[in-house]
Amino acid sequence: MRVLKEDPEALLSRFAAFESGLNGAKTAWAHELRRAGLGHARELGIPTTRNEEWRYTNVARLAKDAFELAAPAPVAPEALKPFGFSGLGGPRLVFVNGHFDAQLSSAGELPKGVVAESLKARIAAGDARVQAHLGRYARQAEHPFVALNTAFLLDGAFVFVPKGVQAEAPIHLLFVTTESAAPAVSHPRNLLVFEDGARAQVVEHYAGLSGGAYFTNAVTEAAVGAGANVDHTKLQQESLEATHIASAEIRLARDARYANHSISLGGKLTRNDVNAKLDGERVECTVNGFYIANAAQHVDNHTIVDHAQPHGRSYEVYKGVMDDEAVAVFNGKIFVRPGAQKTDAKQDNKHLLLSRAAEVQTKPQLEIFADDVKCTHGATVGQLDKNALFYLRARGIGRGEALRLLTLAFAEDVLKEIGHEALRADVAERVHRRMEATTALRSGA
Amino acid sequence: MLEIKNLQARIEGKQILKGLDLTINAGEVHAIMGPNGSGKSTLAQVLCGREEYEVTGGSATYLGKDLLELAPEERARAGVFLAFQYPVEIPGVGNTYFLRTALNAIRAHRGEEELDAMDFLELTRKKMKLLKMDESLLKRSVNEGFSGGEKKRNEIFQMAVLEPKLAILDETDSGLDIDALKIVADGVNSLRAPDRAILVVTHYQRLLDYIVPDFVHVLYQGRIIRSGGKELALELEAKGYADVEEQTAKAGG
Ligand SMILES: Nc1ncnc2c1ncn2[C@@H]1O[C@H](COP(=O)(O)OP(=O)(O)OP(=O)(O)O)[C@@H](O)[C@H]1O
Ligand SMILES: [Mg+2]
Repeated sequence: MRVLKEDPEALLSRFAAFESGLNGAKTAWAHELRRAGLGHARELGIPTTRNEEWRYTNVARLAKDAFELAAPAPVAPEALKPFGFSGLGGPRLVFVNGHFDAQLSSAGELPKGVVAESLKARIAAGDARVQAHLGRYARQAEHPFVALNTAFLLDGAFVFVPKGVQAEAPIHLLFVTTESAAPAVSHPRNLLVFEDGARAQVVEHYAGLSGGAYFTNAVTEAAVGAGANVDHTKLQQESLEATHIASAEIRLARDARYANHSISLGGKLTRNDVNAKLDGERVECTVNGFYIANAAQHVDNHTIVDHAQPHGRSYEVYKGVMDDEAVAVFNGKIFVRPGAQKTDAKQDNKHLLLSRAAEVQTKPQLEIFADDVKCTHGATVGQLDKNALFYLRARGIGRGEALRLLTLAFAEDVLKEIGHEALRADVAERVHRRMEATTALRSGA
Repeated sequence: MLEIKNLQARIEGKQILKGLDLTINAGEVHAIMGPNGSGKSTLAQVLCGREEYEVTGGSATYLGKDLLELAPEERARAGVFLAFQYPVEIPGVGNTYFLRTALNAIRAHRGEEELDAMDFLELTRKKMKLLKMDESLLKRSVNEGFSGGEKKRNEIFQMAVLEPKLAILDETDSGLDIDALKIVADGVNSLRAPDRAILVVTHYQRLLDYIVPDFVHVLYQGRIIRSGGKELALELEAKGYADVEEQTAKAGG
């Protein structure tokens, strides 16, 4: 018999201790959600590569390692310096090992009525808005790691932007993991709610403060109201030994504009799922990604752009820079549901290979059930342009810097879409610095 | 300044330069003419270090150093500049950032301080005026979507900013309209100096009316078969290469 899943008990064995540790945080409805999540997690197990959705990404190891639940830990403010953004002006919520840290967080400027707080605190406070949305968009009955996250749901960010409110300053959600004696797992859970006509920018940011083979299993749910305009960036800078699995589950109402920029720079094994449902007419949705991987890094991006209603437009560009023996997996699903006429969907996946040993698995998957639609997709794997490289060097620019400039230019299609200028510059700067750590792009290379 | 001796080079197994000799002294302007495919661009690219060309013999000495030993960027930093026959479009790399990075790499090599964004802006404004170039071109990606003439003008603009010692212009005149030709030639002439040398590759006498050469050379099938003063260009224009080649052969050259 083909084994589609591994027994998840090693991971789930922590549940009893987790549950008894909840004490005051055991709000009834939230705990029901957790128990349902636990049931799904048990049923779904840990997928093997026989499972089509996990065909090229082997996570079986996660079923064997006895990850402890990551505990809060003291972190010096200076340790966060490399992960700060300058010139954003908005609030910063810091989570250490998945737990909100008020000391390290700062309020920033936000219009009245906007909430950016610990989810755990809002659940405890009985916030009806949390109850109304949490668990409504995530696929906890289908996705094994969303189920697992839901079982261990505890903390994360709750962002709420009321009707018509324009929150221009980006809200920075920073999740850091500290070094621990034994490998630990955290399950950050974020809920982002944007009411009709709201405008907001959110940066979800994951970083490792030191090395270590820890495991981050994050889920972010976002509800974007009618006519709302949201720019959502996810920057992943985990330790190079870490496992990072993250799902973004996004629901878009009519006339909404939403952009997701997923930038993956760290992690030994990364798996991102972005699932955007265009659930009203005339939604405009951008789903972009950029990643750099070298050494034995493995980065897997699975996206779903689900056109459920007519006149939706979606733009998707995923680009990867691959060095050494790194492996990239891209699976881009576009669904056009019956009745979603006049859908216009574009998808593009491009890889830049800096090494012959790097590996790319790319698969567009279009499922179209309406007849009056425009859907295009493309996938290319290429190398740096030799003529461009010579041109730059012939002007005095060193080989390493010239390679980095061309690689950054390759990323430009994705980076330029990040709405906030200071944020865009800062992300570009981090991408540039990350290149220094790859074999082919390092200085003097 | 530059002494090329018996230079031989090939690409993809095809011998292009077959023993080329050329000496250029500081302060001089040399012109190379020759039929399509004779090896003019090959010479220019070999001098700038294009790795696809394999040098199979001979030498090139620049300011007393073995030029062929140096990486392309080292040659540029030492003052060698090539205005490309076909400038490359580089989407995603901003013209300004590119040129400032290049200038600062060259300045660092000379032991000069980096230019900050403000000083650089001032410098480029001045040079753009010299070439009557639209400032908006600086805000775009390197050569991306530039017209043929704009690309050529951009090459000379870069040269004006980088101030090389040895400038090699590969058919910079092709694709330029009459007014642009005059402007570009003025730009080149403004760079003429006793400590600089210029090598222009061209098919047409017209450019040499503006950039008056001290020497003209005919490159034919990978060799320089004749050299002379500026009147040689007029002779070539009148008679064509075949005639000149024949005469040279008869003269036992
Ligand atoms: N990559 C290559 N592979 C094979 N042959 C090449 C390559 N590059 C150049 N050549 C050949 O080398 C010869 C010389 O080319 P080169 O560009 O130097 O000529 P040129 O004198 O500059 O000509 P033009 O006046 O047309 O610019 C040509 O026959 C050309 O086809
Ligand atoms: Mg040529």
